[in-house]
Amino acid sequence: MSTAFDGDLTRGTAAALAAAIKAGDVTATEVAQAHLDRIAKVDEKVHAFLHIDAEGALAQAAAVDAKRARGEELGPLAGVPLALKDVFTMRGVPTTCGSKILEGWRPPYDATVTRKLREADLVILGKTNMDEFAMGSSTENSAYGPTRNPWDLTRIPGGSGGGSSASLAAFEAPLAIGTDTGGSIRQPASVTGTVGVKPTYGGVSRYGLVAFSSSLDQGGPCARTVLDAALLHAAIAGHDPLDSTSIDQPVPDVVAAAQRADVLGMRIGVVKQFDGEGYQAGVLSRFHEAVDLLRELGATVVEVDCPSFDSALSAYYLIAPSECSSNLARFDAMRYGLRVGDDGVNGVEEVMALTREAGFGPEVKRRIMLGTYALSSGYYDAYYGSAQQVRTLIIRDFDRAFADVDVLVSPTTPTTAFKIGERVDDPMAMYLADLCTIPTNLAGNAGMSIPVGLAPEDGLPVGLQIIAPAMADDRLYRVGAALETALNTKWGHPLIEEVPSL
Amino acid sequence: MPAITREEVAHLARLSRLDLSEDELVHYAEQLNVILGSVARVSEAVQQLGQGQDIPPTSHALPLVNVTRPDVERPCLDPAEVLGQAPAAQDQRFRVPRILGED
Repeated sequence: MSTAFDGDLTRGTAAALAAAIKAGDVTATEVAQAHLDRIAKVDEKVHAFLHIDAEGALAQAAAVDAKRARGEELGPLAGVPLALKDVFTMRGVPTTCGSKILEGWRPPYDATVTRKLREADLVILGKTNMDEFAMGSSTENSAYGPTRNPWDLTRIPGGSGGGSSASLAAFEAPLAIGTDTGGSIRQPASVTGTVGVKPTYGGVSRYGLVAFSSSLDQGGPCARTVLDAALLHAAIAGHDPLDSTSIDQPVPDVVAAAQRADVLGMRIGVVKQFDGEGYQAGVLSRFHEAVDLLRELGATVVEVDCPSFDSALSAYYLIAPSECSSNLARFDAMRYGLRVGDDGVNGVEEVMALTREAGFGPEVKRRIMLGTYALSSGYYDAYYGSAQQVRTLIIRDFDRAFADVDVLVSPTTPTTAFKIGERVDDPMAMYLADLCTIPTNLAGNAGMSIPVGLAPEDGLPVGLQIIAPAMADDRLYRVGAALETALNTKWGHPLIEEVPSL
Repeated sequence: MPAITREEVAHLARLSRLDLSEDELVHYAEQLNVILGSVARVSEAVQQLGQGQDIPPTSHALPLVNVTRPDVERPCLDPAEVLGQAPAAQDQRFRVPRILGED
């Protein structure tokens, strides 16, 4: 059985672990303890976690075991451990967003995603490392030090959700939650050989997700298999009255789509703009092989021209900083978080400026000032206004594409994992990591990254991105699961089994 | 687009409530110039791709307006828990630095 875990519980898929707990083959407490032990053993090297909530995790696991003992029905992910990105609030548990400005803050409320995870009886192991306020593509912008890629500890695990992706690849957790504003779920998945999904904007509640760019931010599932991602997607998605941008419609049946796993008769578009110059050779060869495989599986593949995508990165780096400069104004040192310079002499303005100077890291400061500039009178039309018009053009390109094809595909990111430190003080080089993922955020539709092999030149994972129209998230899972099954058959095992032991 | 000077960065820092150091002002002026030089292409892109048409701006992917929820009582945050997380609290309130200048 492909889902067997040969005695090592940390190797199990979420679906297999849940089934084993349900059947009574193993207790949720044993599963939680195995993962906590794994974290204790390897996280010094990986640094995926900012906080481990062992007590809370074991209490939740014990509650699942008690529920089973009482003969109550268990949900599809009951007792499965999960790593939660530190951008979601969790009552009483430190939530820092990777920033010094929130060091030690224990939120007085649960995010809706956190609440849903608890209600689905998932066992939250702790909070994962991230680029400060989700601004970055490498997790090097965390104020608490970088996370390392389990495939090669000298390389980045992607970002901003590098803690979540690394926790999966290091077998510290079978499931994780990420957020994706410009690619922060998909790009980390790509460089760690894992699966990551950015649901349709509004598909997963943003209540309790500390805001970076409100019109783009979207929480979503991270896993080692497509089916596991679908099970987690189903657990966290759905309408939430506490988020005014939450979609009040039924969640697409992503689990059934993952189980269906076929592309027969589907039309798949290859984005012309995301190919050629600037892309690593091994990324392109693995990508094109995967596209050929989709064709062999019965899909019709056509090339699709989306000329506005070439300007998506530029539009994003005006829109996201603009929204960030406004959202991060809340960190004013008054009601929560850090306060610096409150000496009885300094007034409120000085205390704010001193606190923000001490509490924010370089990338956050850069983006706040960039946004402040783009929104200032005299520059607004040329920068922010034009960026919003590009957003319209991108939506039109998607509309045109989806009139002809069911999904679009591209490489998830132009390269494999780069070295830690390589792009840290070169913002434009860093921003290129999100080149292929950004259009989806700007248009609000759905995207997934799945592993399609290792680049021959460096032996590092390559991801393929699938993009579906808004509220057609199920198509991602159909295509993703079909490709995953075919690739596993070809390789004889899932790619993640090739990750070196730590 | 005109280059951003050290003085402009200082102005942006004031607006952003960031007490930047001298080194930071110089470094960010350089980096913001590089970034803006690259993203400034958006206006040309609109001209080119829009083919002279008037392209409406999009601020949000979902065309939602006036989203409301039923006006019903629900539990609020625990005041003691909230104040316990404040940098400073006094008399069941957030204590803040003085808000008015000396003169």
